[in-house]
Amino acid sequence: MQTKIRVENLNFYYGNFQALKNISMEIYENKITALIGPSGCGKSTFIKSINRMYDLIDGAVAKGSISFDEIEILDKNTDVVELRKRIGMVFQKPNPFPKSITENVLYGVKRHGDVPKIEWLALLESSLKKASLFSEVEHKLNQSAFSLSGGQQQRLCIARTLATKPEVLLMDEPTSALDPIATAKIEELLEELKKEYTVIIVTHSMQQAARISDYTGFFLNGELIEFGLTKTLFSTPKDKRTEDYITGRFG
Amino acid sequence: MTKKKKRWLEEKSIEWVLIMVSVISILTTVGIVMTLFYESYEFFTVVSIKEFFTTLRWAPVFDPPSFGVLPLLSGTFLIAFLSSFISLPLGLGSAIYLSEFASKKARKIIKPILELLAGIPSIVYGFFALTFITPIIRSVLPDTSIYNALSASIAVGIMTLPMVASLSEDAMMAVPDSIRQGAYALGSTKLEVAIHVIVPAAFSGIGASFMLAISRAVGETMIVAIAAGQTPTFTLNPLESVQTMTGFMVNMALGDIQQGSIEFKTVFVVGALLFLVTLVMNFIAKFVIQKNREVY
Amino acid sequence: MKKKISYHTRLKRRLLLNQIFKFIFMSTIIVSIMVLAILVIDVLQKGLGSLDLDFILNMPSSRPERAGILPALLGTLWVIGLTALISIPVGIGTAIYLQVYADKKSWFFKALNINIANLAGVPSIVYGILGLTVFVQLLKIGPTVLAGALTLSLLILPVIIVSSIEAIKAVPSSITEGSLALGVSRWRTITGVVLPMATPGIMTGSILALSRAMGEAAPMIMVGAVGFVTFLPDSIMDRYTLLPMLIYNWTSRPQDAFAQIAAAGIIVMLILLLLTNLTAIIIRNKTQNRVD
Repeated sequence: MQTKIRVENLNFYYGNFQALKNISMEIYENKITALIGPSGCGKSTFIKSINRMYDLIDGAVAKGSISFDEIEILDKNTDVVELRKRIGMVFQKPNPFPKSITENVLYGVKRHGDVPKIEWLALLESSLKKASLFSEVEHKLNQSAFSLSGGQQQRLCIARTLATKPEVLLMDEPTSALDPIATAKIEELLEELKKEYTVIIVTHSMQQAARISDYTGFFLNGELIEFGLTKTLFSTPKDKRTEDYITGRFG
Repeated sequence: MTKKKKRWLEEKSIEWVLIMVSVISILTTVGIVMTLFYESYEFFTVVSIKEFFTTLRWAPVFDPPSFGVLPLLSGTFLIAFLSSFISLPLGLGSAIYLSEFASKKARKIIKPILELLAGIPSIVYGFFALTFITPIIRSVLPDTSIYNALSASIAVGIMTLPMVASLSEDAMMAVPDSIRQGAYALGSTKLEVAIHVIVPAAFSGIGASFMLAISRAVGETMIVAIAAGQTPTFTLNPLESVQTMTGFMVNMALGDIQQGSIEFKTVFVVGALLFLVTLVMNFIAKFVIQKNREVY
Repeated sequence: MKKKISYHTRLKRRLLLNQIFKFIFMSTIIVSIMVLAILVIDVLQKGLGSLDLDFILNMPSSRPERAGILPALLGTLWVIGLTALISIPVGIGTAIYLQVYADKKSWFFKALNINIANLAGVPSIVYGILGLTVFVQLLKIGPTVLAGALTLSLLILPVIIVSSIEAIKAVPSSITEGSLALGVSRWRTITGVVLPMATPGIMTGSILALSRAMGEAAPMIMVGAVGFVTFLPDSIMDRYTLLPMLIYNWTSRPQDAFAQIAAAGIIVMLILLLLTNLTAIIIRNKTQNRVD
């Protein structure tokens, strides 16, 4: 089992507020790692630090180390443009660009220029297929992305991310804005995706984490309380606080 | 009278007072339209519409007079057009920098400065055009007239720049941050986010700001009255002296023209034309361009 | 054939392009700021030499070295003061009607809103024509302080209405509803609760609108403000001149000495504008702190 991302002593601050305290954990290749915990526990902050999205927030500082293959992510000299191509992200609310479906999927490749033009059409199709959206949109690829339903928009955002050929997928509560049917579709999809990608998913639902993930981390008040195999964590939690949370005593 | 009835009466009378007060702004529009079009109607009983719109000579106070408005229109649009070469690129560039590149701190310092630029009266820009910009142009191109379209255009461009900057920035800031983040998460540089995502998404607002700035340039008066000259010339040469619609109106108002005479009515007919042109441009900006914007 | 470039060469180019354009966009702002600086320095250079107490207290004169701005300064104060007295109550009244009383589905409400939006874009000289026809001629007020103030009032009314509406909107509806729930009438709620809270916002908007009016020359030429008077106004039915009118008069004379006193006049006007704008900004900042 290969470690894809190694986090060591990560501390994270928004100005004076410390959002993450001394986090250390490993993310394994081609596995789904779920992060759970009550809102405000720092799980979203954690995945924002993996693709350096926090650069966009004034006053956000990360200290410690996150290594990704040969790269130190937190190093100031690490180029975030390339980093974010290799570590893709899907957000809580679907956020397609106000452009056509095709334009949305091909956005990344048009910027990065790493795929020759003649292969764009094939890439468009394969990305939409991987996100199991192709059959629903193949007849209206030039329509605005805003014409799709919420669940379709979210799968379009997944397709858009896959088209840049990332190695890691970060998903920040990707189903929280969707209805149960759309949620089930995306969960099914994740099972397929882990064959090719390493997935980290933040979720508000313990059931979802138990259903789809291989590993689970439980965050509370900015600390990583417990991390391990999903089965173990849910059946025999080592920490009292984990037990309280998964049995629904708080949160 | 009971207390309840008294209070009801008070409420009702206040509501009526407020309605009367609100009607003032509608009366203003009615007043403008009636004034301009009544006198214009009288004007066109003497001068034919065909002469007005096709003759290339504007000389209402000469003997014999000539009432071809084209030189005034060409002067107006020459200046508005040239000014847009300053206001649009500089305004849009400033807006992109402010909304996509600048830190919060820099924005806090820069925005008040742009507001200051917007708050300077046009008479000051007129003075600046005549006593600062014109001498510079004439030192480079000595054949330029003292009063010329170019100098006025530059000053009008500077004056309308903050308007483009602030309205375009508003439009770009209105694009939801989630869309911006989506673009960054795919590995875009700031420039790519700005050019490929934000500017297209804010296109209707930016287009409206361009339209409003040009409309403002069309209605600008003091700069052109001071720096562009008083010669109605049908020309596209920016180094010549021209007269705009507004410049003509000021010139007539300062002179001694008999009230009710045909010369006097030219002020109204030119004013009506100016009113219509700016109204159409503002209408396009507000109701056509902005109606077509994306709803997030 | 187009040369094929590798992903990494392209990446370097993209990052370089990003830096270049960041610099270009920043330069557009620097250019704007520099223009402002040059304008101010140019005016100061030309005008400071003529600016002294005599310049403030003297009458205009055909001899530039003896000319002063007193009638224009007082004329501006008269006209702007009267404009404030007319436009602010009308503006607030319209805003209250639109925001509190009007039925938002009625045609009158919609017509008023479209009308106000359009009036804001009408060139100022057109208001001058309206003022000339209606106030000066039709109502026989003549080219007086009153006619000038009425014209300017109509000109800035849309700005005052819009900023007053924003200020009234910013008052939390829970407070308004709380007052109404206590059985206080609508009008008493407005005067007792809404207006006191909205006053700073209304004042800021109104002061900014008045400072715009202070620099207007075009409509004032139409309604007969004169460029050259040698008496001081002492009633609203007097003839008058204004700072921008005097500056225009001096700027349009060919002699250099007049350009210099025009610049001195501009300095005085800019200082007045700066003071009014500062007042508005201070009021705005004070209230922002309170809400935080």
